[in-house]
Amino acid sequence: MDDALFPKGVKRCPLPEFLMKLGPVVALLIWGVVAMLMCWIKGLNQTNMNDAYGFAAWIWADLTVIALGGGAFFTGFLRYLIGKEKLKNIINFAVLIGFICYSSALLILAIDIGQPLRGWFIFWHANVHSMLTEVAFCLTCYFGVLTIEYLPLVLENRQIDRVPFFHNLTHHMHEVMPLFAATGAFLSFFHQGSLGGVAGVLFGRPFAFREGLFIWPWTFFLFTWSAAAYGPCFTIMLAKITEKVTGKRLIKDDVYDLLAKIAGWMMATYIVAKIIDTWYWATVTAPARGMTFMQFYSNNPLYGIWILILEIVIGGVIPAAILLTRKGRNTPFALMTAVVLGVIGVCVNRWVMVLQTLAVPVLPFEGWPMYYPSWQEVATTLLPVAYGIILVAFSYRYLPVFPQEAELNPIVSEPAAPPAPAPDTDAEPADAELSPAQA
Amino acid sequence: MKHEQAKKYGMVIDLDKCTGCGACMVACMAENNVPFKEDETNKLDSITWMRVYQLTNGKPFPDTDICYLPRPCMHCEGDHGHSPCVSVCPATATDYSMDTGIVSQIYTRCFGCRYCMAACPYHARYFNWWDPVWPNGMEKYLNPNVSPRMRGVVEKCSFCYHRYQLAKDRAFMEGRRELEEEEYQTACTQACPAGAIVFGDLNNKTHRVHQIVQPDPAHAGRPKNPKAFRLLERLGTNPKVYYLSSREWVRRSGDHYLPHEGPGGGH
Repeated sequence: MDDALFPKGVKRCPLPEFLMKLGPVVALLIWGVVAMLMCWIKGLNQTNMNDAYGFAAWIWADLTVIALGGGAFFTGFLRYLIGKEKLKNIINFAVLIGFICYSSALLILAIDIGQPLRGWFIFWHANVHSMLTEVAFCLTCYFGVLTIEYLPLVLENRQIDRVPFFHNLTHHMHEVMPLFAATGAFLSFFHQGSLGGVAGVLFGRPFAFREGLFIWPWTFFLFTWSAAAYGPCFTIMLAKITEKVTGKRLIKDDVYDLLAKIAGWMMATYIVAKIIDTWYWATVTAPARGMTFMQFYSNNPLYGIWILILEIVIGGVIPAAILLTRKGRNTPFALMTAVVLGVIGVCVNRWVMVLQTLAVPVLPFEGWPMYYPSWQEVATTLLPVAYGIILVAFSYRYLPVFPQEAELNPIVSEPAAPPAPAPDTDAEPADAELSPAQA
Repeated sequence: MKHEQAKKYGMVIDLDKCTGCGACMVACMAENNVPFKEDETNKLDSITWMRVYQLTNGKPFPDTDICYLPRPCMHCEGDHGHSPCVSVCPATATDYSMDTGIVSQIYTRCFGCRYCMAACPYHARYFNWWDPVWPNGMEKYLNPNVSPRMRGVVEKCSFCYHRYQLAKDRAFMEGRRELEEEEYQTACTQACPAGAIVFGDLNNKTHRVHQIVQPDPAHAGRPKNPKAFRLLERLGTNPKVYYLSSREWVRRSGDHYLPHEGPGGGH
């Protein structure tokens, strides 16, 4: 029905089947939109946030999707600025995931603020001392960069590409893409860092506060570093899931291997820095404020020392160790385990930096306030997930997201076809070696 | 007219005198048009610019002792005006006045990101989760000098700044620039039946608040009075609300101490 829109040399399921499979996701999307409208119309009393938890699930989701979307800037940095040519086969997907993550972050922020119609005040009345101001500026600019990076992919749709203007535009955009990749890397360094700074500058919150370099607390650098380490893990994880869902190999193993190796090194160095940071905070920063390390991890029903172990050891040391070994990277189960653990690690890091920061009682005569999200918060947090799945599905169906897909999945003739099949013009003879069955 | 000197308005609350009656809370709410809910049982989303905490020494009878601690906004000076909340607000909707030492909140500029609430260790900032609704007829008794706040913005104690403005206007009409101590007093100060709250200019040696606290400018306003203390002194927030108590355990309840830090240690 819509075959003419498919990328060249690839096969897609019939349109009704495609739409039917997206049905549950669309239902999730509608649920999220209803919750979003309730929050906008009725206000933030629809959430379980309160005066102790001014930041909650949404800000965690915001920080997390931005960290996970870091695969876009870091892969772009590696591909265009460091010259890792092999990564051209995953850069489109990384950009797509980054685009989804960043647009989701902006949407969540728009729901999260008490007066959404005044959102522009952050630009108009900007306070240069606030980390959030830096986040807003860099995040918005970087979303613009991601849109520019995603646009050529859209223009490469088979039918759009037939229009000479768009064809030439795409060509020229590809030529200047290193410039945008450099801009993206620069902006990402600052907004990823500023998100770390959001927590690190809170000198009234001993759990989050960190000393640092000039105006930047150590969390500034740790957040940028972790986004560069864990973002590619998320890209790999989603690429693998996409392969599972589509039943096809979409990216060659050497591409995964390279990205996973770099992510492993970034993660290993990050986790060493994180351990040093935690050690210094526990032995110097917090005691200077009269607080002991265990005060942050006891006398409450949720935040025990287990969360620190989960973040640093299970979500950091173990995946880094797996990704640093060739065997670990080349064993599908080990690779998947490592990237999933990595994603969990960064999710936990962002959770504690937002939620545990607020949960720890600072006034000595106060207790630990606990929080669980309302269904409206859950639905609006899942809304970007649904939107992301839909955008990935449509992009995969109609755009050449995976340049190696045709090569890895040559179209074989239908069984009903004559015994001597006509040669496939899109697949080269050597491609037969790479058929999924043999791979 | 003589040039005006910079003020540093602050407060000292004598915890030995406070009976926990809550008159300060009521006076504050009435004075500042603070909205309330039909059901106020959940204190985590109700607005109390002035909140009275109950502290106990944790000892069993007959050594049990309690103390009531009223907590307004601390109007932290931080380091040169970089109070925890002011420095983080992305839209400059809260500001530290170098003229008065008061931390203001611009309700019409606040867009409700709540970063200031995350930054404040005293929980002195409150979010308007609902639009203010007054019982029938009560809107006629609202204070015309204080604007009610809309849903979705943060609010907090202003040290009754509108009273400062009114006093300044009156003084100006009388050809004065300086205010007398009694000309500018907060609602909670005047309402306290025990006289536990003293308010005034910490920079002015003739003001009672200065005489009681004896702030040390060389050490970020730390009190020289051995019975005086500030909440969470060690964080470096440099608050302008001081507390007085003759009881050691009460003074130590205002901050965190490591196990090996004995009484009086840590600062």
